[in-house]
Amino acid sequence: MNKKRENSAIFWLFLAPVLLAFLLVIIIPFFMGVFYSFTNWSSSARADNALKFIGLTNFTGSFKDPAFAYSFGVTILYTILNMIFINFVAFALALLVTSQLKLRNIYRVGFFVPNLIGGLILGYIWQFIFNNAIPSLGRIFNLLAFLNVPENLILSKNTTAILALVAVGTWQYAGYIMMIYIAAIENVPLELHEAAKIDGATPFVRLMKITIPMAAQAFTVTTFLTLVNSFKQFDVNVSLTSGGPSTIYMSKPILGTELLALNIYNTAFVSNNLAMGQARAVVFFLVLAIIALIQVYVNKKKELEL
Amino acid sequence: MKNNSMKTNNGNKIKAGALIAEIITAIIFLAFLFPFFIVFINSAKTAFEITAYPMAMPEKWGNILANIANIWTSENIRYRSSLFSSVLITAIALFAINILSSQAAWVLVRNKSKTSNAIFFIFVAAMVIPFQIVMFPLLSWFRMITKATGIPLLRTYGGIVLAYVGFGISLSIFMFHGFIKSIPLELEEAATIDGCKKYQTFYEIIFPILKPIHATVLVLNGIWIWNDYLLPLLILGKGNVIQTIPLAVSNFAGAYVKQWDLILTAILLAMIPVIVFFLFAQKYIVKGMVAGSIK
Repeated sequence: MNKKRENSAIFWLFLAPVLLAFLLVIIIPFFMGVFYSFTNWSSSARADNALKFIGLTNFTGSFKDPAFAYSFGVTILYTILNMIFINFVAFALALLVTSQLKLRNIYRVGFFVPNLIGGLILGYIWQFIFNNAIPSLGRIFNLLAFLNVPENLILSKNTTAILALVAVGTWQYAGYIMMIYIAAIENVPLELHEAAKIDGATPFVRLMKITIPMAAQAFTVTTFLTLVNSFKQFDVNVSLTSGGPSTIYMSKPILGTELLALNIYNTAFVSNNLAMGQARAVVFFLVLAIIALIQVYVNKKKELEL
Repeated sequence: MKNNSMKTNNGNKIKAGALIAEIITAIIFLAFLFPFFIVFINSAKTAFEITAYPMAMPEKWGNILANIANIWTSENIRYRSSLFSSVLITAIALFAINILSSQAAWVLVRNKSKTSNAIFFIFVAAMVIPFQIVMFPLLSWFRMITKATGIPLLRTYGGIVLAYVGFGISLSIFMFHGFIKSIPLELEEAATIDGCKKYQTFYEIIFPILKPIHATVLVLNGIWIWNDYLLPLLILGKGNVIQTIPLAVSNFAGAYVKQWDLILTAILLAMIPVIVFFLFAQKYIVKGMVAGSIK
């Protein structure tokens, strides 16, 4: 009896700090946020007196706003391209550094390093490369003179600027995803390769019939990881393009490379429409929640298959 | 005879293949590190040199020391105080997250009840919640708390550490939970028979066993907190005495548009602590980040 009471006391005592922090930082703001998205919440009005319930106005208004619709589209495009490039590059790098290369350990570290530096700083470095270093090549080599034409700057057109975001995103994450692939590839039993070699399988056949199927477990992890990380990209977006250059969409001037996370931030703080920014954050959350549910479903299904 | 010559032929082919692979990988490796090299060489240039020849080697390598000294003492970037704040915030938040979430995970594993299952489930489910949906209300909620209790949370160390603990515990509890499940119960039962108090059992017996998972959790949260930009931007705000390194770099880059000699040196100084730390704890970092990906 005494022991039971001690158990229960310890249970709540050990949990109390995390429950408190969790309640204060996540749970309460989360429900406040969902609630505010249906109101005319603003930073200038006192939260308690002028707050009015306005139904779905913030949501319908968001979807009618060309900037949001465009941002949503660009984010989907960026996410898909990023997923493809990151996974392709990461897998190729993993194959290279798991072969018998002499300096493979140094290569691994080098490919991984960009991931350690914050996206904000990476974005500034690449802004310098795109705006200064690359155009300077045009001054040095006559053949590359077009690089030095202001209209040809990579970050000055939104199609190339989006590709620049993808390039930096790939450079940032490929090394990390590579490490996950390495773990998967190194888990493939050596006997399998030995047996296949004796049967006369070429390296390419072994890659297609052994390495890739055996690493399939990792594909689910890396696919969802890159999907979610790309969808949430903010730091590189801020420092590399700040959402620019401007462009025209549905006859309204908008930012051409503004990903959703940046659009949410700008709606609240630049356009000063806190409630609408919050509604967009709710939409953002719903998309991520759906992705997470799909991930759980896929993992469950795979477990059953095993 | 014939067989033999074929073998050496094959062997030569494999050797050539290996050499080509080595060269290709080395080139990709250099390309990957090239942006950092650009930062390094341009940190040793004057403002004029950078705009004129961003890809050339610096005229005088000695400039790098002058530029570093410039940033180190600059009143605008406040590098030293930012480094101090970043270290302090990361260290306290990591310490709190590791202690609090490991003890919480332990009681959640060892007390098999509906309540503990429900609590664990909520923590895991909350990992889906992105910062974006809580960030705006968090600011006004922190303001409300300060109004009601007098405890300042916005623009303070306390507030940002609390925020990091709140955001960091879900994944951490999840990681500890998975590990503790695999520790045999007999160990704790023996300790109880020996008269160990419950909390002693945790801190003296379980806690030391958790070392590898503590390392993983430290790495995962450490890299995230150290590099984070949006949360400090909102909680600490701009123009605050307390600012983290990413905040300092962004404020500085915003204020000194196109002054790349200063910005790139600031970036170099911002990267050095991470690179140095990585060289020391490489093994743990790679292991930890791979472990954390498989949630």
